[in-house]
Amino acid sequence: MRYLPHTPEEVSAMLSAVGADNLDELFAHIPEVCRRNTPLGLPEPLSEWELDRHMDGLSGTTAIQPEYMVFMGAGSYDHLIPEVIKQLLQRGEIYTAYTPYQAEVSQGTLQIIYEYQTLVSRLLGLDVANASMYDGASALAEALLMAMRVTKRSKVAVSRAIHPLYRRVVQTYLEPAGFEIVELDYNTQGRTDLSALDDSENLAAVAVQSPNFFGCVEDMAAMEKAIHADAKTMLVATFTEPLAFGLYQSPGDLGADIACGEGQSLGLPRSFGGPGLGLFACRQAHIRNMPGRLAGQTVDLDGKRGFVLTLATREQHIRRGKATSNICTNQGLCATAAAMFMATLGGTGFRRLARINYDNAEYLKGELKKNGIAIAFETPTFNEFVIRLGEGSKRIYRQLMAKKIIAGLPLDKYYTELEDHYLICVTETSTKADLDILVKEVTA
Amino acid sequence: MMPTIGTSGLIFNEPLLWEMGAKGRTAFSLPAEDVPRAPVNEGLCGVGPDFPDLCEPDIVRHYTRLSQWNIGVDSGMYPLGSCTMKYNPKTNERQAGLPGIAAAHPLLPADHCQGLLGLIYKLERLLAQITGLDEVTLQPAAGSQGELTGMMIFNAYHLASGNRRTKVLIPDTAHGTNPASASLCGFKPVAVPSNDQGILDARIVADLMDEDTAGIMVTNPNTLGLFEDNINAVADAVHAKGGLVYCDGANFNAVMGIVDLAACGVDVLHLNLHKTFSTPHGGGGPGAGPVCVTRDLAPFLPVPRVVKENNRYEWSESFPHSVGKLHAFYGNFGILVRAYSYILSMGDHLKSASQFAVLNANYIKEGLKAVFHLPYDRPCMHECVFTDKYQREYKVSTLDMAKRLMDYGFHPPTIHFPLVVSGAIMIEPTESESKQTLDGFVSAMQQIAREAETEPDRLHHAPHFPKLKRLDETRAARKPLLGG
Repeated sequence: MRYLPHTPEEVSAMLSAVGADNLDELFAHIPEVCRRNTPLGLPEPLSEWELDRHMDGLSGTTAIQPEYMVFMGAGSYDHLIPEVIKQLLQRGEIYTAYTPYQAEVSQGTLQIIYEYQTLVSRLLGLDVANASMYDGASALAEALLMAMRVTKRSKVAVSRAIHPLYRRVVQTYLEPAGFEIVELDYNTQGRTDLSALDDSENLAAVAVQSPNFFGCVEDMAAMEKAIHADAKTMLVATFTEPLAFGLYQSPGDLGADIACGEGQSLGLPRSFGGPGLGLFACRQAHIRNMPGRLAGQTVDLDGKRGFVLTLATREQHIRRGKATSNICTNQGLCATAAAMFMATLGGTGFRRLARINYDNAEYLKGELKKNGIAIAFETPTFNEFVIRLGEGSKRIYRQLMAKKIIAGLPLDKYYTELEDHYLICVTETSTKADLDILVKEVTA
Repeated sequence: MMPTIGTSGLIFNEPLLWEMGAKGRTAFSLPAEDVPRAPVNEGLCGVGPDFPDLCEPDIVRHYTRLSQWNIGVDSGMYPLGSCTMKYNPKTNERQAGLPGIAAAHPLLPADHCQGLLGLIYKLERLLAQITGLDEVTLQPAAGSQGELTGMMIFNAYHLASGNRRTKVLIPDTAHGTNPASASLCGFKPVAVPSNDQGILDARIVADLMDEDTAGIMVTNPNTLGLFEDNINAVADAVHAKGGLVYCDGANFNAVMGIVDLAACGVDVLHLNLHKTFSTPHGGGGPGAGPVCVTRDLAPFLPVPRVVKENNRYEWSESFPHSVGKLHAFYGNFGILVRAYSYILSMGDHLKSASQFAVLNANYIKEGLKAVFHLPYDRPCMHECVFTDKYQREYKVSTLDMAKRLMDYGFHPPTIHFPLVVSGAIMIEPTESESKQTLDGFVSAMQQIAREAETEPDRLHHAPHFPKLKRLDETRAARKPLLGG
């Protein structure tokens, strides 16, 4: 086997050095009852080339561009990824290293994390970002747990316009420990309805997503005022599409105490939903309650600038049962890709790319409307919006599928009241010609 | 003494991203804007993030230079204990990058991603076969999230039988994530002391076990590199009071094809695909932490689950007792692809991998036990744990020796863990290292032990070859500077 260096001669030399007659003897101390009596019985090993064929076969069954046109976002977005990022990520010194506990031989990873933290905090408009969480959903759950630690309260309010799968993760994380979750409905504008807040006291946090699951930009200014009417309650702003902050105001600028969400849009392929990247940022005052790793600047013995992991007293390997989170391994390489992506675009490019997404989506929205398709919510959006296809929509959706067009995500599975509603996403990867085809086929 | 592989060479200084570049540069090939500009609600708009503008060569040199300040498994032996830094096969990267995998949207209708659902289904079966347990979820994104899933399964199981239990037993040798995961799920962690052999004593466990205790979390092999020989008696004691046994499988690389975890009395097990199953560690993830359970606990696994009917795969949410969802979609799928590729490439050679991993660790143990204090002199599994007891006499610590090892061209082992061993040096070579490399490592460690006696200051000031000297961690924590 090409991954294993041991020759029979070396094995016998090593066995005699450790005083064993054969390999089985190394395991002789394991109680008989624990042992496996039969071979593993796995399939015969594949050669490199057989594996390629097998995997090509599995991969070949997926509906992807350019054969298909996939107008689906909902937390997983199709964006251009420069070849530079793909190739730099394959540098073995980066992707085969681990957690940079030994700073002197990990300065590459540490500077990358420090730069990532900086770019993310600038993107989200908050003081400090951590080194990453698993994904947007668990980042939101951890943000709510953090808010409960900070405020010493045990109830949170969560908008129904937050990604439904994120809300399920929040429920899974919060329920066993007995925390209470209040849901806030959305209104006819596709925005969160805050009136339910009047009945809720002692909230640790209110979580809202903007742009929300329907693609609608929330009225964050009004919300911030209402939520901070109780000075202790924290505003947790979540998102699935951070590229929107190239056009719209950042969560921090809008008064969020914690911003958290998915970073897949920043240079990561969709990869069937993972690995993505949980972005997480907060205000300086709360950093000691923050979950996750942090890289910080320091100096070496000669006074030269360098970086180390820091504030570890919050973390599980020091604080154990009293840590701010159990997270250890996070999404390091994904954070690296995101940093590369933000650096590749630069501030100027980030704004332009955001604008292209907006313009493409607005063009599609306008054309659909012109052709009699109802837009469900008349609220500003970024690169996603909800259409209502009316009766027979399921048949239309299936017909389009047969023509290799996936016309968004059907919403009835997630919101029973939104039958015949579809969440459409369009990014910079679609050309005007693609959008015209979609309009023609939907209205045919 | 053997010639060492560590040496010094020319590397480059490199500023921070925002200390370089010039306004107006770009490294991104933006697509043409072929639709009209749309009006926008100015009241909602911001000014965009303050990122530096760079061009493509700037980016390439920046990250190439930074990479050269790192050591990875591709550079050399990386014997970080309990992390299983084995070789990461290159072909696995090819597979994860295939268009039908990398470009797959997670919410595609099942008929449009049968190969991917099939991969999930088959990988679950393979992991069940390798561990001896019955059912598997691949959703947890890392080992800690696997632990949390396991604790949620404990909680759901006890609630389903009508009682809420409040405590979980955790040995003092456990990784810190164990008590943190138990706490996150609302349990109070109760520490179990290990015995003078470095393993659990079933009588101590039986004394601590009561009907308020949901079960125990055992790392097996444990963090001292020792097999928990009393695991069955421990499991019996826990089961006798209605509790469950969780096994932290971080060290599963020692026992593939050798131990049957179900036969050990384990009810729930997590694996780290980035350790045992060769997926890259990525400088701190992404990993994957699948959880394997007995048939009785399968109803509690996270949803959705892939089911197979009439040779067709489909997602199913029909598991009313499920703990819920841990990840927005299905976990770190790209990592699952790499682990699946590894298992298909290895087949029953996985057992050889475990045998050689254990042989390598014992070989190092024998090679070094004359010069370093070995707190538990027993046959070890995949790793061996020494201490700095002999070197402390010369005022040389574990940290000094770890830093000096860098000069010899090796990544240091895990140090100061497990906490029950003062000045611990935890060495896990993995099966990827050849006898020749191990001889070089042993020789370097022996040389360091000699230096501790003859020139301790050389160690106090180590490392000497890396780009930076020893870094001031205290200063970083006292005045945190976490972004520029």
